[in-house]
Amino acid sequence: MPLLEAVRLALSSIRAQKLKSFFSLVGVLIGVTFLIAVVSIVQGMNVYMTDKFAGALIGVNTFQLRQTPNFTMGNTTEAQWREWQRRPRITIEDAAYVESHMKTPVIFARSGYDRRGVAWQGKLAKDITLNTVDAEFFQIKHWNIAEGRAFTPQEVNANAEVAVLGWELAQRLFNGRDPLGQTISIGGLPHRVIGVVEKQGNLFGISMDKFVVTPITSPARRLTNRPHVIDDLQIQATNPALMRAAIEEVGELMRVRRGLKPSQPDNFQIQTAEGALSAWDKISRILFLALPGLVGISLVVGGIVIMNIMLMSVVERTREIGIRKALGAKRSDIMAQFVVESATLSLTGAAMGIVAGILLAFVIRAVTPLPAAVAPWSIGLGVGLGILVGMVAGVYPARQASRMDPIIALGHE
Amino acid sequence: MTDDVIIKLAGITREYTMGTEQVRALRGIDLEIRRNEYVAIMGPSGSGKSTMMNLLGCLDTPTGGRYWLNGHEASQMKDDDLARVRNKEIGFVFQTFNLLPRASALANVELPLVYAGASGRDRRRRAEQALQRVGLGDRMHHKPNELSGGQRQRVAIARALVNNPSILLADEPTGNLDSTTSEEIMRVFGALHSQGQTVVIVTHEPDIAAHAHRVVMLRDGRVDSDRINPPRATGVAA
Ligand SMILES: Nc1ncnc2c1ncn2[C@@H]1O[C@H](COP(=O)(O)OP(=O)(O)OP(=O)(O)O)[C@@H](O)[C@H]1O
Ligand SMILES: [Mg+2]
Repeated sequence: MPLLEAVRLALSSIRAQKLKSFFSLVGVLIGVTFLIAVVSIVQGMNVYMTDKFAGALIGVNTFQLRQTPNFTMGNTTEAQWREWQRRPRITIEDAAYVESHMKTPVIFARSGYDRRGVAWQGKLAKDITLNTVDAEFFQIKHWNIAEGRAFTPQEVNANAEVAVLGWELAQRLFNGRDPLGQTISIGGLPHRVIGVVEKQGNLFGISMDKFVVTPITSPARRLTNRPHVIDDLQIQATNPALMRAAIEEVGELMRVRRGLKPSQPDNFQIQTAEGALSAWDKISRILFLALPGLVGISLVVGGIVIMNIMLMSVVERTREIGIRKALGAKRSDIMAQFVVESATLSLTGAAMGIVAGILLAFVIRAVTPLPAAVAPWSIGLGVGLGILVGMVAGVYPARQASRMDPIIALGHE
Repeated sequence: MTDDVIIKLAGITREYTMGTEQVRALRGIDLEIRRNEYVAIMGPSGSGKSTMMNLLGCLDTPTGGRYWLNGHEASQMKDDDLARVRNKEIGFVFQTFNLLPRASALANVELPLVYAGASGRDRRRRAEQALQRVGLGDRMHHKPNELSGGQRQRVAIARALVNNPSILLADEPTGNLDSTTSEEIMRVFGALHSQGQTVVIVTHEPDIAAHAHRVVMLRDGRVDSDRINPPRATGVAA
């Protein structure tokens, strides 16, 4: 019997017993719902973490030369911590050395940061991130200027007392008034506002717009680092293919500059976006390890339910089987009929699970800060697992059906 | 002459084991049936009529003896071959109709063609023809429960005919029908026989057996008598 015929037959017998069919496929439905929803959330988080988190905190195609890592999610040992503290700071001279020897085409920005209060006409905004940086910092961050302008390399050379504000800081201090040309006080040091950066939005509910940026040569520089010291040298490769080469070259240059022997480990940190994401990587790996268990249990239960329903169905339809055999159905025809029916039943459950999983993912995205993005491969996997579970669950009942003696089956009431 | 023999039974036995007891339903049957014969099988209840029909229909296999159908030895066949023979060579009509209740008359008649691997269009055309042959051209889309007993049995006959079987077997086809309807059904068998169909029919009713031109009597699993009916209005004589 051709497959299409068998599927049509299966659908009609499923339709004939709607309620029973529905209950029999609840297990598969739940399993596939889990699969789709969890994968959606993890994938959504992945996209969010790599695009937004890494992009916002480190920058695309960007890495940092630092004394210690700035993202230390997960636990750090006491010994590791002490080793980090013993490392020399990155200096202006280190940065100059790397910049002048670097062959891979990259953009540099020296940077220092701290948290400070920023005030204007008696209004104080606390806990503002102060960045004292080179002019290239704006380019590395992909920040667009909403009002005014960013400062220039010339202004950095000229020790200009200028500042560019984050969106939220500008709102808080100026509340709709024009901030351009106004003099604000950063930790007591006056700077003239020349621009406001376009709104960046939130990351896990934390505003990304509470900052002020001044030239690395401005008075505010005193607030971030001692003279000659910087927090990091930010390095952006001009294209993604050069990232690896750039990272290696910076590492080698620093080892040479610091006179490290081959046996000695680096006494500096190269922080990449992947590095910052390692903690998330761990979480998502655990989720992906737990997922098969979760989905597997539901599918096994679902398969057992389907198998029992199919066994009942075989008994109920003994006479039908007898009729079909009397009219020339081979064992393989009967076998195929029930396996296809079981697979169709299970696939129907999987299809419902896919819809439910997608809906669940959307609901989660709507009511929680968790981003969810449905992964096409999880839909494919859901369909595949649905068919597989149904076929496996159908084999035993189908075998029972195919082995019936036609006369006994026909005599069955 | 042997070319004409469709069915040949030689020393056929069929024993059932009921717990420790052996039931000998058939105790050595020898029988030949030729092309375009119209045979009635009669005999008291329990004499082995149904058992023999099931063997003839390849629904069952004998415990002993040999059975040739169209020159092929059915008593040696394996499961799949028997299924193929049931599908291609045999049309079986049951007392209880044995239609699929959820399927239309047309779909029921198409069923043997599904297992024969016929295409959808071919199936439909042949099933329609078969239903027209039994006078049900206007009831093709009815479900069995929307048809009278006589109409159901005609659907079953159409289904038995649709694969152009070598032999049409019917085990008490009028057993569940009133006498008027029985006459109707017997006219259908008569017409099929006059068109060249070989027919074997089991019945308790002498009136029904009178339609056949040969009557085989069974008793205790053996052929008790085998005689030609006096010619009557069945259309074809022996
Ligand atoms: N499956 C079975 N198991 C055991 N004994 C059986 C089985 N089928 C038939 N028999 C026995 O075989 C004998 C012949 O039965 P069969 O059904 O062939 O009789 P029959 O001539 O068709 O009778 P009836 O006119 O009542 O239909 C009976 O004694 C019956 O009890
Ligand atoms: Mg009988």
